[in-house]
Amino acid sequence: MAETVISNSCSALIIGGSAGSLDVLLEIFPALRNDISFPIILVVHRKASNESLLTDLLQSRTKLQVNEAEEKEFLTSGKVFIAPADYHLLVEEDQSISLDYSEKVNYSRPSIDVTFQSAAEIFKEKLVCILLSGSNADGVEGLKIVNNLGGKVVIQDPNTAIMPYMPQQAVINVRPHVILDGHDMADYINNLNG
Amino acid sequence: MISDAIDNDQVEILLNDVLESHGYDFLEYSHASIKRRISRLYALDNFVSFAEFRYTVRTDKQYFKRFLEEITVNVTEMFRDPSFYKALRNDVLPVLGTYPFIRIWVAGCSTGEEAYSLAIVLKELNLLNKSLIYATDINPSVLEKAKKGMFPLNYLKQYSENYLRSGGTKDFSTYYTANYSLAKFDESLNSKMIFSTHNLVSDHSFNEFQLILCRNVLIYFDKDLQHKVFNLFDGSIEKLGYLALGSKESLEFWPKAKEYKRVQMEKIWRKL
Repeated sequence: MAETVISNSCSALIIGGSAGSLDVLLEIFPALRNDISFPIILVVHRKASNESLLTDLLQSRTKLQVNEAEEKEFLTSGKVFIAPADYHLLVEEDQSISLDYSEKVNYSRPSIDVTFQSAAEIFKEKLVCILLSGSNADGVEGLKIVNNLGGKVVIQDPNTAIMPYMPQQAVINVRPHVILDGHDMADYINNLNG
Repeated sequence: MISDAIDNDQVEILLNDVLESHGYDFLEYSHASIKRRISRLYALDNFVSFAEFRYTVRTDKQYFKRFLEEITVNVTEMFRDPSFYKALRNDVLPVLGTYPFIRIWVAGCSTGEEAYSLAIVLKELNLLNKSLIYATDINPSVLEKAKKGMFPLNYLKQYSENYLRSGGTKDFSTYYTANYSLAKFDESLNSKMIFSTHNLVSDHSFNEFQLILCRNVLIYFDKDLQHKVFNLFDGSIEKLGYLALGSKESLEFWPKAKEYKRVQMEKIWRKL
C-alpha cells in the first residue's frame, strides 16, 4: 500500500495488538528511527505473569527507550510506554498516564479500547492508532471514537495477520482507515515524524 | 462501549454536587479514570440527559449508593501478586510475630479478598490469634459483602493457584465450604477482622498499626491526594512498621519517602 504521509501533526501513537501481534512488533521495532518525535504507547494482551518479558524483548531491538508505564508518568517523545499486564492505561489532560484496575473490557486488561478512547479525547486529530493481529474485537470501539475525534486509524491487513479476526472487525466497522501490511508498518511510523 | 456523552465540565459539576449533597470528595481523583467510570454508569443506566443523571445523583439516596459503588473500582482478588504475599509470609509477618499484639489496617479493602488472604497467612504462621485486622473502605455496601466472607466459586481456581504460588502449602479448599455458586470462608478468619467505613480523602488516622496494606487504591488519586494519604499513613504507622502498596504504586515522589526503606523488590516499605 503506497500510503504517503504528509503530516507533522502526530502527538502520540498507540499500537494495540493481541494474539499474533508479537511477530509484527518484533519486525517494527528494529526498523524504527531513533529520533521518533512522539510518544508510542503499546497495549498488548498477555498473561498477567509475564511482567517484563515484552519490555525486554522490544528493548533489545530498538534504541528508543522502552519501559513498562508507571502511573502518573508523563508521556515523552521518543519513548515507548507499555501498558502493564493486568492494568488499563488511560491518558490524562496533562499527558500523564493513569493506570486502572477496573473490570476487564472485552475480556481484556489492559484493554485496547480503553486506551484508544482515553487518548482520543486528549490528542484528538493528532492521534494515530494502529490495530494489529488478534482474535477478539477489542480496539474496534476505541477506533470508532478515534475516528470521530479526527484521529488516524491504521489497521494491519487481515490477510497478513496471524489472527485476522481483530483487524477484520476493525476494517468492517471503522471508516475511514488505512490498511497496511505488517512489513510496511515501520516505514509508516517513521514517516509520521514531525 | 462507552459513548462520549459526559464531558469534562459535566464531570466537575457532578463531583461538586456529590461533595455538596453527600459529603464525598472525588475532586482529587485521577480525572481520566473517574470520567470513564461516570460515563460508563451514565450509559449503563440509560439516562436520557445529563440533567436527569445529575438530578438523580443529587437527590436519590438509593441511587447514590449505586453511584458510589459503581464509580469506585471494587475489583480485587485473593493472593493477588503471589510474590507480594510470599514476601509478607517470609519477611514481614515473622518480624511482626515478635510483637505481643499485631494491628493491621487494610485500607480500601473493597469486598475483603486481601484481608482474608492476609488472615490465611497469619493463621498458617500461628499469628492470627494475636492479630487484629482493621478492614476499611469508603463504600458501606462492599463492606457488607466483605463481612460475609463469601466469594464467587468460579474464581477459586485462580485464587488457589495464587495461594500456592505465594508459598502456601495447605490444601486451599480447607479454608472454605462451597455453597451453590459461592465459597464461604472459614469464620475463624474473619473473627479477627473489624470492618468499618473510612474515607481516605476526608477521615483521619484512627489507630497505630504495624502494617498498613493499601493496594491499588492510590492509582485512582492525583499526586497531591496521594501525598496527603501517605501523610495519613505515616501518622498511623508505628516506628519500624510496614506500608504495602499495589504493584504499580510507589512512595518515590513523596517528600518523606527517605524515612522509609524498601523491602526487597516488592512494593513494601519499612518505616525507619
